[in-house]
Amino acid sequence: MKKRMVRCRINDIKVEVPEGTTILEAARAQGIYIPALCYHPKLSVTGACRVCLVEVDGVAVVSCATPVEEGMTIITNSPYVEELRRDIIDLILSDHPYDCMVCQKAGDCELQELAYFYQIRYPRFSGRKRSYKTKDGNPFIEREMEKCIQCGRCVKVCDEIQGVCAIDFAYKGFELKVCPPFEKDLDCEFCGQCVSVCPTGALVGKDWIPKGRQMNIKQVDTVCPYCGCGCNITLHVSRNEIIRVTSKPDTLNEGWLCVKGRFAYQFVSSPERLKKPLIKRNGRFEEVSWDTALDFVAQRFKEIKDKYGPDAIAGLSSARCTNEENYLFQKFLRAAIGTNNIDHCARY
Amino acid sequence: MADNQILIRVCLGTSGKAADGEKVISLFRMHIQRHGLDGSVQKRCVVKKVGCRGLCSRDLLVDVIIDGRQTTYQNVTPSMVERIVQEHLLRGNPIDEWAVKEDYAEFTSRQYKIVLGPCGVIDPENIDDYLKMNGYRALKKALTTMTPEEVIKEVKRSKLRGRGGSGFLTGKKWEICRSQPDKTRYIICNVGEVNRALAEGNPHAIIEGLIIGGYAIGASQGYIFIRERYHLSVERLKKAIKQARERGFLGENLFGTSFNFDITFSFGTEAFICGEETALMECIEGKRAMPRLRPPYPAEKGLWGKPTIINNAETLSNIPIIIGKGSEWFSTIGTEHSKGTKVFTLSGKIKNNGLVEVAMGTSLRTIVFGIGGGIEGNRKLKAIQVGGPSGGLIPYSMIDMGLDYENLQKMGSIIGSGGMVVFDETDCIVSVAKFFMEFLQRESCGKCVPCRLGTTRMLELLTKITEGRATMKDIEALERLSAIMSTSSLCGLGRTAPNPVITSLTHFRDEYLAHIRDKHCPAGVCRALITYTIIEDLCKGCGVCLRKCPAKAITGERKKPHVIDQSLCIKCGICFQSCKFKAIIKE
Repeated sequence: MKKRMVRCRINDIKVEVPEGTTILEAARAQGIYIPALCYHPKLSVTGACRVCLVEVDGVAVVSCATPVEEGMTIITNSPYVEELRRDIIDLILSDHPYDCMVCQKAGDCELQELAYFYQIRYPRFSGRKRSYKTKDGNPFIEREMEKCIQCGRCVKVCDEIQGVCAIDFAYKGFELKVCPPFEKDLDCEFCGQCVSVCPTGALVGKDWIPKGRQMNIKQVDTVCPYCGCGCNITLHVSRNEIIRVTSKPDTLNEGWLCVKGRFAYQFVSSPERLKKPLIKRNGRFEEVSWDTALDFVAQRFKEIKDKYGPDAIAGLSSARCTNEENYLFQKFLRAAIGTNNIDHCARY
Repeated sequence: MADNQILIRVCLGTSGKAADGEKVISLFRMHIQRHGLDGSVQKRCVVKKVGCRGLCSRDLLVDVIIDGRQTTYQNVTPSMVERIVQEHLLRGNPIDEWAVKEDYAEFTSRQYKIVLGPCGVIDPENIDDYLKMNGYRALKKALTTMTPEEVIKEVKRSKLRGRGGSGFLTGKKWEICRSQPDKTRYIICNVGEVNRALAEGNPHAIIEGLIIGGYAIGASQGYIFIRERYHLSVERLKKAIKQARERGFLGENLFGTSFNFDITFSFGTEAFICGEETALMECIEGKRAMPRLRPPYPAEKGLWGKPTIINNAETLSNIPIIIGKGSEWFSTIGTEHSKGTKVFTLSGKIKNNGLVEVAMGTSLRTIVFGIGGGIEGNRKLKAIQVGGPSGGLIPYSMIDMGLDYENLQKMGSIIGSGGMVVFDETDCIVSVAKFFMEFLQRESCGKCVPCRLGTTRMLELLTKITEGRATMKDIEALERLSAIMSTSSLCGLGRTAPNPVITSLTHFRDEYLAHIRDKHCPAGVCRALITYTIIEDLCKGCGVCLRKCPAKAITGERKKPHVIDQSLCIKCGICFQSCKFKAIIKE
C-alpha cells in the first residue's frame, strides 16, 4: 500500500514526505543538517540525547521521534533551539573527560565535532564527573565508560541487530552505566557492533590503540577473507600496516561485521604468515616455486589414485572460499580425481 | 444501624497498625466478652476494623457509637481499653478527657469527603460493608443500562481529570483509547503513595472503578500496579479482588452481559519514575523502568503495544460515584475547569498531619489553618510545597489561592502526587529546594541528558549556595538549567523537576541572595553559614558549654568569659542549647 504523503515546511523549504517520516529523516533527506547523538538510522529511536531539538510552532520537540504532520512549520536553526542544543552539549561535556589529545576517537568523534561546532572550550556547567576504577580485561574491546554519553546505541545494536543482549543499562540517574550483567567483564561474541556505533571514544578496538587515529589514514575497500559471506570491509592503513577494519553502511552487509572481520586482521602482517609453498625434504621444509609445488601435488595424487583407487582420496573444503571456489573444488574431486568423498567445514 | 446497638470502630490502616491497633481490637473483644457475659453488651456489640480516616497523628483513633451517639477517642493505647469498656460501654459515660476535642471537628468538617468518605467507616476486608453503601451498584448500572459510549460520555460530562500528573480529562482519554482499531486493550490502575489510604480503607471502590473503566474502553484485562512494599494495601486489594470474584463482579459474563473482566497484580520497584505512565508500562513488561517516547501515547499504543489507559486509584475511585450519582451532581463540586475533590497529604510544620480531601478550589488557607489547625508552635507560615517533590513552593502571600489545576499551573506547580508540605519561618528555602532536588536527582532514571545531568548540576549549585561558596553566576546557571530541563527533558519527571527551584527563585529570591551575597542564612539552617559566638558580658564562665562541646572548640578559665574557636567549631549548636544565660548567639 502506498503511504499517504504529508507536506510541511522545513526552514522555509517546502517538503513532502510519506506519512510517518520523522522530522529528522525529512530534514536530512533535504540535506538539512540536524545534529543527533543517540539517533542511528539502523536502530530504533531512543530520544535520549535531546540534541536533535527543532522548533515546531514555537515549541522545542525532538526531531528524531516526532513524525512530520500535515502543515507543520519546522525551524531547525532558530537561536532558541541552537541555544538549547548548545547547552545540552555543554551539559554532556560537563561530565566528560577532557582528554581529546590522547583519545583514540579524536577526529572521528561525534561529540568532539559538536563541541567544535558550538565552540565549547570549557563547559559552562561543571561539577562532579563519573570515574570508574576497574577496567575491562577482554582482548578485543576497550571500554572507557567515563567517555560514555549513555546514548544507548551500543545497547540497541547488541539487542536489535546482533540479538545478543550482552549489555544494558544499570543504576540510574547520574550513576547510569552501560555494562554486562553484574558489571562483569565483557564476555560476549565480541562482534564489535557496539564499537562501530559508539559516537565517542567510550568503545574502541583494543588493538587500535595507539596505532593511529583518523588523520593520514589510507582507506582501502576490500572483501573480508574470512568466510563466503563476502562482507565488504574497509582497511585503515597507516605506515603500510592495517591498523583498523571498519565497514561502510552502504554495503551489502550494511556496515555490520563479526569479531573476525572486525578484529582479526593482524595475520596480514604476521611474520609467520606463509607466502610461498613449502615442501618437506629430508625432514625439513624447503621453499619452492608454485609450479614445483603443484607438480609435486599432482604427481602424488596420481600415484595414490593408481595404487589405491580414487576413493582413497577425500576432499574437505573451507568456508573461507567463495562459492565459485567451492564449486571448482568439488568438480575437481569428482571429475579429475573421480571420487565423491567431498565435504565442507560449514557442515559441522 | 439498628437502635440499641454498640459499634466500635478501630482504625487499622498502616498507621493504626503501627499504633498497636490489632492489640486494641483484641483487647476490646476480650473485655466485652468478659464483661458482657450477661448478654447486656456482647450480643449487641460489633467491633470493626476500618481504614485510615486521615488524622494519623492522633492514632489510634477509636469510635464508640452507642445508639447513634458517637464518641471518638484519640491516641488510644491498649491500656486504655479496659476503662473505655467499663465506663462507656457498661455504664454509658463517655470519657471526655480521652475524647477528641473541638479541633477534630475542625479537621473533619471543612473537608469534602467523597472518595475518602467510606474510609474509616466501613470494614475494608468485608465486601458486605461496601455493598451496604451502594457498592457495585454503579457497576451494575453501567453494565446493564449503559453502553460503553454512554459511560464515556457520562465521565466526560463530569469533567473528571486525572488525579495526578498533568490532569488530562479522564473521559477524553478513554474516548481516544476506545477509538483505536486494535481490539485488545488494557486498563491499569496505579496505586501510588497517596492512594494507599484508599486501597487500605476502601479497596472495592478502586476495583469497581477499574471494572467500569475496562467496560468503557473495551478492555477485558486490568492491572493493578503497586509497590510490593505497601503490604497492607496489597493484602486488602487481594482480599477485595477475591471477594469480588466470588460475588461475580469479576470474571466472565458479568451481570449476564457478554463483558468479561479480570484483574492481575503487577508489583513495581522502589522508583519515583514508575509514576510516569510509560515507565510504569515498561516495568509491567518486565523491563527497566525508563520512560518511552511520545507519540505514540499510551491510549494509542501502550502496554505490550496495545491501547492502554492508566489511571491512578483516586481517579478510578471517583468513577463509581460519577456513574452512581450522575455527572451533574459531580460537576457541582469544584471550580469551572476542575471538578470534584482532591486528596492531599498534609505534612510538615503543621498541627494536624494527615490525609485530607477537599473540594477543588478550596483555598490553601482553609486547608492549612482550618483543617490543618495552623502551624506548629504558632510560628509564621513561610511556604507550602504542593504536588510532591516536583511541585512548586507557594509563598504565604498566595495562601488565599484556590487549589485547582489551573491555579497550580499558573503558580509553576502541579497537583502531582497531592503532597502538601508546610514550611515555617524556621525553614531555609534554599535548603528546602535542595532537599527536593536531592530526591529528584536520586530518582532520575538517567535516560535523557537534561534530567540526568541537569538535576545533578542543579543539586551541586544548590549545595554550593547553602555552603556559602556560590556567586551570582550560579543563580543564572540555575535559571538556565531550569529552562533547559523544563523544555527539553524526555518525560514529566525531568520537565517538572526544576519546579521547586523556579518557584523558590521567584518568590524567595532574597533568601538566595542573602546566602550568596551576605553569606547568611536568614532561617539559621545552613550550617556552613552559621556562627556561634559567646557574648563576653553575659558569659558567667560556668563551663557547661566547654564540657559539652564535642569538638573541643570552646576554651576559657572558670568564672571568666569563654571563647569559641571558629576554626574548630562544627556548628552542632549544643553550646547554644545548653547555655542557661543566653550568652551564646547564633547568626
